[in-house]
Amino acid sequence: MKALLKGGRVIDPSKGIDGHRDVAIEEGIVTQIDRDLVVPDETQVIEVPSSCVICPGFIDPHVHLREPGQEHKETVATGSAAAVVGGFTAVACMPNTNPINDNAGVTEFILKKASEADLARVYPIGAVSIGSNGEQLAEIAELKSAGCVAISDDGRPVATALLMRRAQEYANMFGMAVIDHCEVHSLSGDGVVNEGHQAALAGLHGIPSAAEEIMVERDVTLAGVTGAAVHIAHLSSAGSLRAVASGKERKIRVTCEVTPHHFTLTDESVASYDTNFKMKPPLQESEDQQALIQGLKDGTVDMIATDHAPHHHDEKSMEFDRAPFGIVGLETAVSLTLDRLVHTGVIGLSRLVELMAANPARVLGVVGGTIEVGAPADLTILAPDLSVTVRASAFRSKSKNTPFDGWKLHGGVAGTIVGGRSVFINGDVSGMDTFKVLRRDG
Amino acid sequence: MSDRFDSEVRSVRETGAINRDSSLEGGRRLRSRHLLSISDLSVDEIFLILDTAEAMKEVGGRAIKKVPTLRGRTVANLFFEPSTRTRMSFEIAEKRLSADTLGITVATSSIVKGETLTDTVLNLEAIAPDMIVLRHWASGAGHLLSRVCKSGIINAGDGMHEHPTQALLDAFTIREHKGCIAGLKVAIIGDLAHSRVMRSNVLLLKKLGAEVCLCGPSTLMPSGVEAFGVASTTSVDEAVRDADVIMLLRIQLERMQGGFVPSLREYFKLFGMTSKRLSLAKPEVIVMHPGPLNRGVEITSEVADGPHSVILEQVANGVAVRMAALYLVAGASENS
Amino acid sequence: MDGDRMVKTLLRTSHEIVERNRGLDGLALIGIRTRGVPIAARLAHYVQEITGSLIPMGALDITLYRDDLMRQTVAPQPVVRRTEIPFSIDDRQILLVDDVLYTGRTIRSALDALIDLGRPRAIQLVVLVDRGHRELPIRADYVGKNIPTSLDESVQVRLMEIDGMDEVTVERGDSS
Repeated sequence: MKALLKGGRVIDPSKGIDGHRDVAIEEGIVTQIDRDLVVPDETQVIEVPSSCVICPGFIDPHVHLREPGQEHKETVATGSAAAVVGGFTAVACMPNTNPINDNAGVTEFILKKASEADLARVYPIGAVSIGSNGEQLAEIAELKSAGCVAISDDGRPVATALLMRRAQEYANMFGMAVIDHCEVHSLSGDGVVNEGHQAALAGLHGIPSAAEEIMVERDVTLAGVTGAAVHIAHLSSAGSLRAVASGKERKIRVTCEVTPHHFTLTDESVASYDTNFKMKPPLQESEDQQALIQGLKDGTVDMIATDHAPHHHDEKSMEFDRAPFGIVGLETAVSLTLDRLVHTGVIGLSRLVELMAANPARVLGVVGGTIEVGAPADLTILAPDLSVTVRASAFRSKSKNTPFDGWKLHGGVAGTIVGGRSVFINGDVSGMDTFKVLRRDG
Repeated sequence: MSDRFDSEVRSVRETGAINRDSSLEGGRRLRSRHLLSISDLSVDEIFLILDTAEAMKEVGGRAIKKVPTLRGRTVANLFFEPSTRTRMSFEIAEKRLSADTLGITVATSSIVKGETLTDTVLNLEAIAPDMIVLRHWASGAGHLLSRVCKSGIINAGDGMHEHPTQALLDAFTIREHKGCIAGLKVAIIGDLAHSRVMRSNVLLLKKLGAEVCLCGPSTLMPSGVEAFGVASTTSVDEAVRDADVIMLLRIQLERMQGGFVPSLREYFKLFGMTSKRLSLAKPEVIVMHPGPLNRGVEITSEVADGPHSVILEQVANGVAVRMAALYLVAGASENS
Repeated sequence: MDGDRMVKTLLRTSHEIVERNRGLDGLALIGIRTRGVPIAARLAHYVQEITGSLIPMGALDITLYRDDLMRQTVAPQPVVRRTEIPFSIDDRQILLVDDVLYTGRTIRSALDALIDLGRPRAIQLVVLVDRGHRELPIRADYVGKNIPTSLDESVQVRLMEIDGMDEVTVERGDSS
């Protein structure tokens, strides 16, 4: 089918575009982007509502889809559904499933489930070590050819400096980054919140920020030695940010991501003992939060990732010490980013697109991040002035473990288009009905 | 006119008693239907509990140590951690108020997983206890419970977080000896990092205007200790100098296994309360300990059994304070 | 009743007590908190002036024995004060003292409390005011003044020791 998105404001920083453009799509591929395009024959014309902004499809580089093995929390299908509602056209999923994604079989299984769901694109991240047990390298070449886009032992850190070095050297051959969950276990111990005043008052075991910072320094130094690409997952503290900045200054190939909960919340939240404030790395103090926000602005932080970690209600309804770490994030990320970063003037929409589309695409080496003639039409339609009330009970994700339930936010997702097909249309945004015509032919 | 009851009369005036033709005099109530932490209590509420405990103490002095106040009420003592003295204390307090007590010990821990806390309590709700006295190994367990459960909850110790009735009975004991708590110098010595007794006491003493000094080895000093806003030192002599009250906390064997102190012997050398160290304090100093004692570790027998020690009084006062807590929480629960 | 009247009334009551109890042996006054206490104190004082003998005095807090304790949903929870009876009540003739006798429930609580404290030989009741409307079979042995009231009125007793003045007034409006 042929379609023309008419009159919308398009933001594509990779091409230096921020203004009104028409976008022509044919058979799911972008064919033209320009002002005042002539309408070809048999084209469905879609009037883009003036309240909407068209961006390259957002890519979340860090989610947990829980399938295979923990389907009670989430499946590839429900996770992809949550992703598109959240405005994401693609997600990269971590290998800490059961069994671990350390071989082609599991990778192919995940890809199969994703194509059955036929919603967001799913890019599996393979394990660094077999079973993610930190001993022996996984068969990374096999993982790459099966479809993995990066490697990580997320959930755990890459266990030793030697393993990290070997992983970097090896993965570099295939142009893949090593993504590290930086946590020195001997320091974090049985900690459940950030070590500091709040932990002292609440009587909870603390995790010192140093547990993250030390490993970030390790990984950056090694990347300097190997010349490979290392990506720091869910970076949370000012100290870690300094290490990344210093690495970048020395032209080391280090990148990092920050989650919306880390730039929105601080460890003051733990006073309520609500386990929806329990995650790793833990919420930090406000100085760290401020440093992260500054980093998002000045480029030290490369991308926003959700670390979407679904957990069943029963598992989270436990004593704070016992409850599992993690919260969902796919369906709140865009609204939080618009509300807390864009509307407060910290960043503009162009920078938002860099953080949520361009940079993730580049670091993961996947298609997207820009609206390219000849490339699949993956688009995120934003409604920056939409009033959104977060309603966990309405989440498409199987799990509702979010600290943001009931929050009123300024800004949301109007629609999500994957391969020229509308996979999500927000009924609360007037004028979006017209996008319904975008469907697969046949 | 007899002047023996002057102080009572004056106190009625001071509380702004309203003229009524019943004996209902300017009543006060706890604001929350749970007693979970000192941090939630106002100074007013703390005094309410202490004043009520004074009246309750008298009941313990009678031949018939019973009043019908909580007759027909059921109190469940739900203990997820072993405890003899706190349990005993609550049980006696409940029986003195004529309540029906239900003692439940649950053998789970962070390692041994059994029925969840939530499920245990929901099962308990079938018997509808009016109040639950909860001791648990996880900080914040009481908060979790208060979200799922209809009964009034009294925190008898949650993980490392708080032990409010202990701090209240400590304050009660101090008041009996020193009259007023404001301005007193109180030294708290021992394993501060893991102590819920420390947290509750620091919060309470600070609210009442005492000058608190925390003392212990650096490895057992809670990180983020500045959050409490009190002085801290690793020198026991400095902490004890001119102290009016010395509170000693128990050192547990596990602390050595965790690498916090090299040996109990060394701990005793540096921090143990001996008569010699005690002489640095004010002459009328009182020595307190929540129990059970490790003689020869945090305290010598000489001091524990000596004239400055009020350790056994603490135990007796514990019953009165817990009676007050039960009475007031029962009244607060009824209100909501 | 004004201050003057109150003094006269209590004096008269003290005389009555002396007359009806030949020999003050084993007599003791126990005031019910809060306003029963200063009244009991005054009676003890007047009896001493009349006879030269000092009758032992105590204060009884009946809060823990009330039958309406946990049923109030609006009023504040009553404050519990100390009971102070520095003598054994076994075998004594106890004169229970209160300011106003109304439904009789306070007195019932006081009787329960006394019985837990010992075994008196006998208990008599002294009240400053009887306002009627008994809900239990309780009667006073010595009444300062009978003041019939309606249910929507309340009797307010103010005493110098507590309120700074002596008076008894009847006011519109239910106090409970």
